[in-house]
Amino acid sequence: MRMKLAATAAIALAAMPLSASADGEVNIYSYRQAYLLEPLLNAFTKETGIEANVVFAKQGLAERLEREGRNSPADVVMTVDISRINELVEKDLVAGVESDTLQKNIPENLRHPEGKWYALTTRGRLIFASKDRVKEGEISTYEELADDKWEGRICTRSGKHPYNIALISSMIAHHGEEKTQEWLEGVKDNLARKPQGGDRDQIKAIAEGVCDISIGNSYYYGNMLMDENQRPIAEQVNLVFPNAEGRGTHVNISGISLTKSAPNKDNAIKLMEFLSSPEAQRIYAEANTEYPANSGVKPSGLVAEWGEIHPDNLSLQEIANNREAAVKLVDRVDYDG
Amino acid sequence: MTEVVTSANPGLAQPLLAKRTSKRWLISAFITTAIVALPVLSVLFLALFPEENIWPHLLETTLPRYLTTTIKLMVGVGALTLVIGLATAWAVTMCEFPGRKFFEWALLLPFAIPAYVIAYVYTSLLDYAGPVQRALREWFGWQNASDYWFPEIRSLEGAILMIGLVLYPYVYLLGRAAFLEQSPSLFAVSRSLGHSALSTFFRVVLPIARPAIAVGLSLVLMETLNDFGTVDFFAVQTLTRGLFDTWMNLGNLGGAAQIATTMLMFVVILVTLERYSRRRQQQYAARDNRDPIHRFTMSFPRQMICVAVCAVPLIFGFIIPGASLGYYAWEYFDVSWNPDFIRNTFNSLFLSGAAALTTLIIGVTLAYSRRLHNTRGMQVLMRLSSLGYAMPGAVLAVGVIVPLAGFDNWLDTLMRDHLGVSTGLLLSGTAFALIFAYTVRFLAVSAGSVESALQKVTPSMDMASRSLGHTPGKTLMKVHLPILRGTLVTAALVVFVDCMKELPATLILRPFNYETLATYVYQFASDEQLYHSALPALIIVLAGIIPIILMNRSISNSRTVA
Repeated sequence: MRMKLAATAAIALAAMPLSASADGEVNIYSYRQAYLLEPLLNAFTKETGIEANVVFAKQGLAERLEREGRNSPADVVMTVDISRINELVEKDLVAGVESDTLQKNIPENLRHPEGKWYALTTRGRLIFASKDRVKEGEISTYEELADDKWEGRICTRSGKHPYNIALISSMIAHHGEEKTQEWLEGVKDNLARKPQGGDRDQIKAIAEGVCDISIGNSYYYGNMLMDENQRPIAEQVNLVFPNAEGRGTHVNISGISLTKSAPNKDNAIKLMEFLSSPEAQRIYAEANTEYPANSGVKPSGLVAEWGEIHPDNLSLQEIANNREAAVKLVDRVDYDG
Repeated sequence: MTEVVTSANPGLAQPLLAKRTSKRWLISAFITTAIVALPVLSVLFLALFPEENIWPHLLETTLPRYLTTTIKLMVGVGALTLVIGLATAWAVTMCEFPGRKFFEWALLLPFAIPAYVIAYVYTSLLDYAGPVQRALREWFGWQNASDYWFPEIRSLEGAILMIGLVLYPYVYLLGRAAFLEQSPSLFAVSRSLGHSALSTFFRVVLPIARPAIAVGLSLVLMETLNDFGTVDFFAVQTLTRGLFDTWMNLGNLGGAAQIATTMLMFVVILVTLERYSRRRQQQYAARDNRDPIHRFTMSFPRQMICVAVCAVPLIFGFIIPGASLGYYAWEYFDVSWNPDFIRNTFNSLFLSGAAALTTLIIGVTLAYSRRLHNTRGMQVLMRLSSLGYAMPGAVLAVGVIVPLAGFDNWLDTLMRDHLGVSTGLLLSGTAFALIFAYTVRFLAVSAGSVESALQKVTPSMDMASRSLGHTPGKTLMKVHLPILRGTLVTAALVVFVDCMKELPATLILRPFNYETLATYVYQFASDEQLYHSALPALIIVLAGIIPIILMNRSISNSRTVA
């Protein structure tokens, strides 16, 4: 039996990839799907000759990085949602990067003061309203979502989803916990159905007549418009940039950080610089309809048609700081119940 | 020549078996269990260090709902799988009706469909924009959702149906094997004593099959308990939901580990209760394959009832979702087809095969060691080694990382300090880590079924073999393994199919650029576009079908039927 176990182990080791520390590589732990990164990484390899390797998972990569410690093969972590990025900083897993290129490409409000993370894209959390049943201008702020007139007319995904948590965190930053709780209770009372599904599903629900208003990230809507099967659904809603007249629309980011243990540090910084470059930023903008973090790059034509976004200039750090309060608030209000 | 002993004192035969046995079995069982139990122990360890005490907040807010929903889900899925699994198993084993041979293996097919895939398929079929509601609207002239009522698939009931439809084969499989193993003369005796067929089923057949059914049901319940994909998709708020919330949103891994531990205890209590309730039973059956099963010949209407009983779970659990996947695969063939496809398939097959083999070897070692040394300590070891199944895959993955990375870094430091070389990470992030995780996770499946089958082999077999001068090892090879062949193949293949579908642990532990079919499907499914990966999803299903057919052969061959 021991022989068989040994044989199994030998086969397993044989299937191991070649050592990750060979020259000309960069290793990525990614919370974003590999297929989204593929065009970017192909372009990177083409330009620099450096091979990019990816592990994608939606949870557990921070724990893996932490436990692997100084021997971890990972050079960079790519994440979505500011709170998750902040967690890497708090666990002291990422290192600061000083790079003129990065600092030139990424505006100050979209990067960590010591370079421990850089945003690569931003996405607005928008309101979508039925073209038939909601007049233009009838809703223009997040605050109005709690208004009685929307009773039984709103659909959202779970209040616990990181994108909603970030939005609620920003509400706490602007209005305080107590006011935000009242607001969230108001929104809950207006729900047409229990929170469920993803952001696209809420737009579908509007098309179905289940509700009239939903909240969702901008690129979901953009990607629906780009998919010929889903375009007719997306075309039934108008898009609203909430609070455009006031403090601005809540935005979240996707970002990149250098790990403290990076074995291929130079390549990793090259990758970070490349991803912030106009060339890569254009791929982000076109392929996934996100807003480029590099202010020198215009959003895709489709996104530009929606009109200009005025982002809330609340610091991302503050949104991350309020995360825990927001999560507990969602439980107290029993938003998903 | 069939013999069934129901002994009031199961321990009686044991000393005879253990006599003159070297300690080798005991030691190898102990070491294996210790290694396999490491991930679970790591999670228990993490539970000691929460970021903050999560319970006051949970108790005050969502915990009561998480608990009641979890219990409802488990009771619902448990009842559904029992009804479907036992009714179909009984029908194909004991009744003669058209298509029986086909249903025998076809009823296993839903097992090849991952729960998150069936949930997705039914949602797209049954939601507002899906073909069913669209057709209804056209027929009745309804305009929108407010004009009519339609059951909401994304609900607790929906989740019970989805999970039940793909998990009932556990009960069916183990139930059928148990029915096949039963001596027909028992049934005949009961009938001659004046019991109806139905009454015999409940009073004789079920009690005898209970250990096997209990194994099947506990697998179903554990899998239900730690399902995240389906309940998340359907917004059903179970404990797993609370666990991930605590981990991902509150950044409190320790708190999450505490919830996982609570869920573990839930399972341990369930299994213990079941065992306790039959603590005074011990069944031994010397099987005699020459004693054939006589199937009921029935009137035509009754035969049709049998056909219906078998056809319904097959249609809803396999044909509809399989056809939908096929349709998507066809429609989106251009985006689905991908040069990496063959490599991903190979990775899936390789990992699943290796894990199936490993779990089988360990499962046999443990079960046989327990037969030789049925001590309290041995029983605890067995239970401990099966706990990986009762934990959500992602949590278990962290439990795997802790000891593996710990070992790697310990060795690395040692080598650096003494030899000045760095060995880096030897095990973490390799296929070994994945196979280890699968083994830990699915050992319950193989160890459980091997153990329950081994228990039924009468100790007189061992005694005969040993008195002829065979060592315990030789007895295992010459006597038990041939007798258990059907069970062994079944156990290995169930693990194989389970590994093909495994997702959360694979995602976290895999090497760079390493995709299995399941992870490839997931990256699209998690972005709300499963249809882009319908083709690989279909391959998971097809790859699952082959072992299912083999599995069926080995079970059917284990018994001649008149």
